[in-house]
Amino acid sequence: MSSTITPPGPRADRDSMPLTNPQLPALAPWLAGVIAFGLAALTGLLLGWGWVGTAVLGWLLLLVVLPVWSLLVEGERRAKDRFVTTLVWSAFGLAMIPLVALIYQVVSKGAAVLSAEFLTYSMRGILGEGGGIYHALIGTFIVTTCATIMSVPIGVMAAIYLVEYGKGKKLARWITFLVDVMTGIPSIVAGLFAFALFTLIFGPAIRFGFGGAVALSVLMIPIVVRATEEMLKLVPDELREASYALGVPKWRTIVKVVLPTALGGIVTGVTLAIARVAGETAPLLIIAGTTTSTNFNPFEGRMMTLPVFIYSSVTTGGKYAAENEARAWGAALVLVAIVMILNLVARVIGRVFAPKTGR
Amino acid sequence: MSTTTKREPQTEAVAGPVQRRGDVVFAGLAKGAGVLIMVALAGVGLFLLIEGAPAITASGDQAYGNDNIVLFVWPLLFGTLLASVIALLLAVPLALGVALVISHYAPRRIAKSLGYVIDLLAAIPSVVYGLWGAFVLAPAILPSYQWLAGHLGWLPFFEGPATTGRTILTASIVLAIMILPIVTAISREVFAQTPRMHEEAALALGATRWEMVRMTVFPYSRSGVISGIMLGLGRALGETMAVAMVLSVGIGVVTVNLISPQNPSTIAANIALNFGNASGTKINVLVFSGLVLFVISFAVNFFGRWIAARGQVKG
Repeated sequence: MSSTITPPGPRADRDSMPLTNPQLPALAPWLAGVIAFGLAALTGLLLGWGWVGTAVLGWLLLLVVLPVWSLLVEGERRAKDRFVTTLVWSAFGLAMIPLVALIYQVVSKGAAVLSAEFLTYSMRGILGEGGGIYHALIGTFIVTTCATIMSVPIGVMAAIYLVEYGKGKKLARWITFLVDVMTGIPSIVAGLFAFALFTLIFGPAIRFGFGGAVALSVLMIPIVVRATEEMLKLVPDELREASYALGVPKWRTIVKVVLPTALGGIVTGVTLAIARVAGETAPLLIIAGTTTSTNFNPFEGRMMTLPVFIYSSVTTGGKYAAENEARAWGAALVLVAIVMILNLVARVIGRVFAPKTGR
Repeated sequence: MSTTTKREPQTEAVAGPVQRRGDVVFAGLAKGAGVLIMVALAGVGLFLLIEGAPAITASGDQAYGNDNIVLFVWPLLFGTLLASVIALLLAVPLALGVALVISHYAPRRIAKSLGYVIDLLAAIPSVVYGLWGAFVLAPAILPSYQWLAGHLGWLPFFEGPATTGRTILTASIVLAIMILPIVTAISREVFAQTPRMHEEAALALGATRWEMVRMTVFPYSRSGVISGIMLGLGRALGETMAVAMVLSVGIGVVTVNLISPQNPSTIAANIALNFGNASGTKINVLVFSGLVLFVISFAVNFFGRWIAARGQVKG
């Protein structure tokens, strides 16, 4: 390979017909990057641009420098390839920016507020500084637990029907399809559904924690069904057949053989579903409402939750807007931490139990 | 017994399956759970219809100062579609790039971790995106809007005046960040399913990597990518908190001016902002707008899944 030959090299002895096309050195993209961003930094400094302008200019330069260099040495097709490769990787880089910026902001602004008091006090009777998110933590815990208790049996049983009983039946096909569609229900619509349902039962302006749990279940069930279905499909048929051969009834086979085999995957799916709904705001805002004091009873009275706490903190405004915003960042940090830990736990469970799936 | 599996002849050879009570009960429970899901989905539509129906005759103060419900819903619907479409325009090219990185460009070893990192974006709650969008992104992006208004002000989109960062363009950017992981996840899955033989055949004929992607990966995964885009659109349509927190709303505005302080609101954000103070028929009006949102996002998701299902049969 003529990987270290400089551009004019191969042109000079073209008549010797080399077997390989001339190529840019392996470090060419990095080199072009250094040149492009160096030029951009120089221009930016001279013209006094901000770093955003400089970065954009550097990127544009890179998009020109590398393909043109490649065009001169490697020809048109390779140049196009390099151009697209640069584009594709910059798309990835661009997608990373908000993630990094967001996590940095949440951690740096949230950590300033975090304290023992913040986690153990409610907002009862507090206007300015002080107070905490205890009531919201309790609310999120209760509502999410209720939603999980409702969603998991329904979701798992439905998945069992789809995989074990309904194979090839029309009803099962429809359920599968509708579950897929259901994953796309806007969360606020789920909240309105719960509100409309309980308004018809209990009369107007009803607000309570359990209603929030019902709304979250609408969002959670499809996720649980999908995850469980995928896992049950992975259970090898040999296990079921071995069990039938021993004369075990089908339902005991499912309970004692199929479910335990798929348990790790199901728990992973449920944990991910919990992580998803724990951060839902809109339905809880509508049906669980807001309050400043701790409420342990999901069937009576308004119940604050973490996401709603964040929202209501920044929308109240007024004299104590700064303190409220600070508390919102603290609550955001706690919420993100909870969701990330749940995600991590799910991945760990998934990895620990993975070999059982047989693939 | 499993009467519909591949081994039908053997099971039929047994003189009819024995019906045990446990089996019947368990099968009934499982079927019941499945039916319950369908009922729940129908219930969502039904209860929204019941609670939203009184809104049809609402007018004047009850319909937030509009003569009828259509005039109330239309600007919100416009805002919803506008924000979602801009979010799609921003997110889809990025998502395809990211999906290609994960499925084809990144080295095998790190591709999986990159996938996890993108999934983290999906895990962050929408209210946190809203908080970030309103208090970090909006102030930070204001200079760019001023530049746009100054240099491209002759375009109707950038008329301005750019006095706040809390515009519909900012909301769309936040939405784009939120739907990016969804579109990426589905695209990268279908990209990765491209038959290895097609790819290798292209490479063996001397194609560059981009030519290989264009000739084998894209044609193979077209329907999958389209369905991913539809699902992302469905998500963007229904996203509430990010928009509600970021947007500085003008009442009943219909405009394509993306960077002014008077922005069209979206259905979902409007419900979240006004539901707490609403009473009487106003609640019905808001529920009715929710019904409109439900129907639209249901249709979008329906077509997305339908395209995906059709593509699977073909592949």
